Amino acid sequence: MSENIFDPHVKDIAWCPGCGNFPIRKIMLEMLEELELDPVNTVMVSGIGQAAKSPQYIQANYFNGLHGRALPPATAMKAANPELTVIVESGDGDMYGEGGNHFLHAIRRNPDITAVVHNNMIYGLTKGQASPTTSKGMKTPVQINGVFLEPFNPLAAAIALDASFVARANALDQDKTKEIIKKAVQHKGFALVDVFQICVSFNKVNTAKWFKEHTYYLDEQHDTSDRSAAFSRAIEQDKLPLGIFYEQKNKPVFEESFPLYQKDKSPLFQRTLNKEALEKIAAEKTE
Amino acid sequence: MNRKQLVDEVSIVFSGAAGQGIQSIEMILTKLLKREGYHVFSTKEFMSRIRGGINSTCLRVSSERVNAPMEKADLFLPLIQDTTLHLQDKITEHTVIIGEQEVVQFDDMVDIPFSEIAKRCGNKIYSSSVAVGVIAGILDVSDSTIEKTFTKHFKGKDEKIIQENIQAAKEGIKESAKIQEHLEVDIEKDASVQDEMLISGTEAVAMGAVSANVRYVASYPMSPATGVLVKLAGWSEQTDCIIEQVEDEITVVNMALGAWYAGARAFVTTSGGGLALMSEGISLSGITEIPFVVHVAQRPGPGTGLPTRTEQGDLHLVLYSGHGDFPRIIYAPGTVEEAFYLTNRAFDLADRFQVPVFILTDQYFVDSLCNTPVWDLNKIVSENHFTETAQDYKRYAITESGVSPRGIPGFGKGLVKVDSDEHDEEGLITENLNETRKAMVEKRFFRKFNLVRKEVIEPDCFGNKDNELLVVSWGSTGNAVKHAFQLLESPPAGMHFSQVWPLPENIEDILSRYKRIAVVENNASAQFATLLKGYAGVPVAHNILKFTGLPFSQEEIAREIQSIQ
Ligand SMILES: Cc1ncc(C[n+]2csc(CCOP(=O)(O)OP(=O)(O)O)c2C)c(N)n1
Ligand code: SF4
Repeated sequence: MSENIFDPHVKDIAWCPGCGNFPIRKIMLEMLEELELDPVNTVMVSGIGQAAKSPQYIQANYFNGLHGRALPPATAMKAANPELTVIVESGDGDMYGEGGNHFLHAIRRNPDITAVVHNNMIYGLTKGQASPTTSKGMKTPVQINGVFLEPFNPLAAAIALDASFVARANALDQDKTKEIIKKAVQHKGFALVDVFQICVSFNKVNTAKWFKEHTYYLDEQHDTSDRSAAFSRAIEQDKLPLGIFYEQKNKPVFEESFPLYQKDKSPLFQRTLNKEALEKIAAEKTE
Repeated sequence: MNRKQLVDEVSIVFSGAAGQGIQSIEMILTKLLKREGYHVFSTKEFMSRIRGGINSTCLRVSSERVNAPMEKADLFLPLIQDTTLHLQDKITEHTVIIGEQEVVQFDDMVDIPFSEIAKRCGNKIYSSSVAVGVIAGILDVSDSTIEKTFTKHFKGKDEKIIQENIQAAKEGIKESAKIQEHLEVDIEKDASVQDEMLISGTEAVAMGAVSANVRYVASYPMSPATGVLVKLAGWSEQTDCIIEQVEDEITVVNMALGAWYAGARAFVTTSGGGLALMSEGISLSGITEIPFVVHVAQRPGPGTGLPTRTEQGDLHLVLYSGHGDFPRIIYAPGTVEEAFYLTNRAFDLADRFQVPVFILTDQYFVDSLCNTPVWDLNKIVSENHFTETAQDYKRYAITESGVSPRGIPGFGKGLVKVDSDEHDEEGLITENLNETRKAMVEKRFFRKFNLVRKEVIEPDCFGNKDNELLVVSWGSTGNAVKHAFQLLESPPAGMHFSQVWPLPENIEDILSRYKRIAVVENNASAQFATLLKGYAGVPVAHNILKFTGLPFSQEEIAREIQSIQ
């Protein structure tokens, strides 16, 4: 295989050996290359956490912002320049906890961006506290008697909000996951891919073996345009389905809803001051 | 009541419940009087409710520019009986009260049956047009001005309705003879006013943003800052600007930074509570060196405070919001003109220096209305300061000036890597403390701060410069202090700051020329005085403070100055 142009060949990656972030990184690099994206027009956006370090290890533009706050800048940069491919990569705590409100509203806004959530069901960077997706009963140094809150179900929430693309994957199934993420990136509209990921240091419950035993793939019978069916699948508990749950092909996207792009497709940075508009506004004030 | 003659100016106060139409009286009257060649200034105070309560508008009509609140009313026109008495200070023995006997009762009131006249003209709801007519009559406004103004104001309405309103106003003019028995007004008109704009603080800030080529506005409604969002939204189809009302102020700041990162000039408008939520994002602007421009219209806090009232209590919030060390710029306009040009400049400096810039106003300021010369568009700047990147582009290149050329994704061959973690020149996370961290702080804090300080706007000096007493103001209180000086027999020295951070390098020299310094501010803790003391090391002898939620009037400031002279 030839050199992957998205690989910056970083010597020191800040993840623990055996961490599930490595296979996701490999998938992302291959996906970017196979979709023939141009690094110059691609922006990787993330919050803060172990997963959120991913953009550091990809040779593209990136915006590594604040904990929980990846979606707002990603939405805005796509709206400011629709020619960019904008991909968000962040952790479950980042996206569903600190960034929960943005998650809901990004779905409502439906910008044409992709969110790949590294779901290790734990807070990695802050050393093993519960995340919104941690299973009930799991003990941590903070949840000393075990988690008793209902875990957040990102897929069910997204489908309930009529998201335009909702999928779940397992980082350890490289090929299948790569295909799902490719479809998500190619999908026009907000695409959520929740990726199960192992955390070898802090999550001793949801291990590679556990994920293997507790997941299965949606088969061809599953109709991805059927929202009710997608929702029923999303709330399954015993075994967790993987694959594309729900997809709407023609949902209007955020950036295209503004009249300014209907008149002129050029990105905002290329547009100079419209002095006439300003003069007109000033003239109205002299009346 | 004695017959009294006013030749320079008249001050008129209207009061009424929310929804009773005092806002439309204000709108038509100010347009009408400006067209007639009078200088106008109006300021309002209102309750945080949509209907009922008691609100008031104070309108000054003058032969010259008089843009400051006045305590006393020459004319008082209550549409309802004030039960809260908060307008009591406005009424003196010289005030002529005009009202409808059936609605309000005051001693010595000139009774004008507004509703009856309105009904005669076609509809009871034309009462406000009758009231407009009464004032127009006192001020000798011509019929043609009435006709033109009403026709324009009611554009789109049924012709019959327009004509009936004009009739109502003309009937009002006839009634004004009753008032002239008590008060004669003979103010010189100034034809040049006719070509000027009639503009609010809100509009000045919003137009400043338009003049800077703003292309992305993200905001969350919050009084008293919402007006700017509404204005920009109203113009957005002409200006080709994205307007997005988002889920919270945390989104606001992070979206704005995303837009700037991608090369679009973004703008946000908020009040103290919203800015408090933006604090982490402002810090993100600091470390990522992404420009950020925010308008903060202050209202009294803490907490929800008084949502529709005024205060200058967020200077320290704006000065210190965001953790860590990074330079910032804070403007505090005192006139609509300053608000326009400083907002324009805010974008330029944010873009050139890649720092957050704040435009600090307040409720009193944004909700005031006055005539002002049409902006000089030769004085505005709107050039972008990003560069086309080369393949080996480094976003955080260490430079002599402190500013690293800002690339944007998709423009050039390079990659634009921004990071909120400490980073190296390329934008990669680093914990190289003794070299990289140190070099980055020296670049983005120390060297850049020196650059920013070279662009400081000097304070405006007025009054008697040789006086031993210096009265300092900042932001919206500037005009009230200037007008107060005119009421004093021997005015002291005055100094108004429209930029409150950074302060001029020679601030200590400037201030230490005076024996005593008094600082006028609309807050309880003397925030600007504290800054002057801490930064310039000069003692402040007197704090002239007001924190009732209302702005200073010129008379009030004059009294305060007299007491320390
Ligand atoms: C405002 C704020 N609060 C808290 C933190 C500390 N913090 C950093 S990452 C993180 C959670 C990380 O968990 P997750 O997002 O699931 O990512 P992971 O590290 O597991 O990949 C927290 C709480 C922070 N950086 N900013
Ligand atoms: S803490 Fe967990 S998620 Fe983070 S790098 Fe280590 S194994 Fe991976």
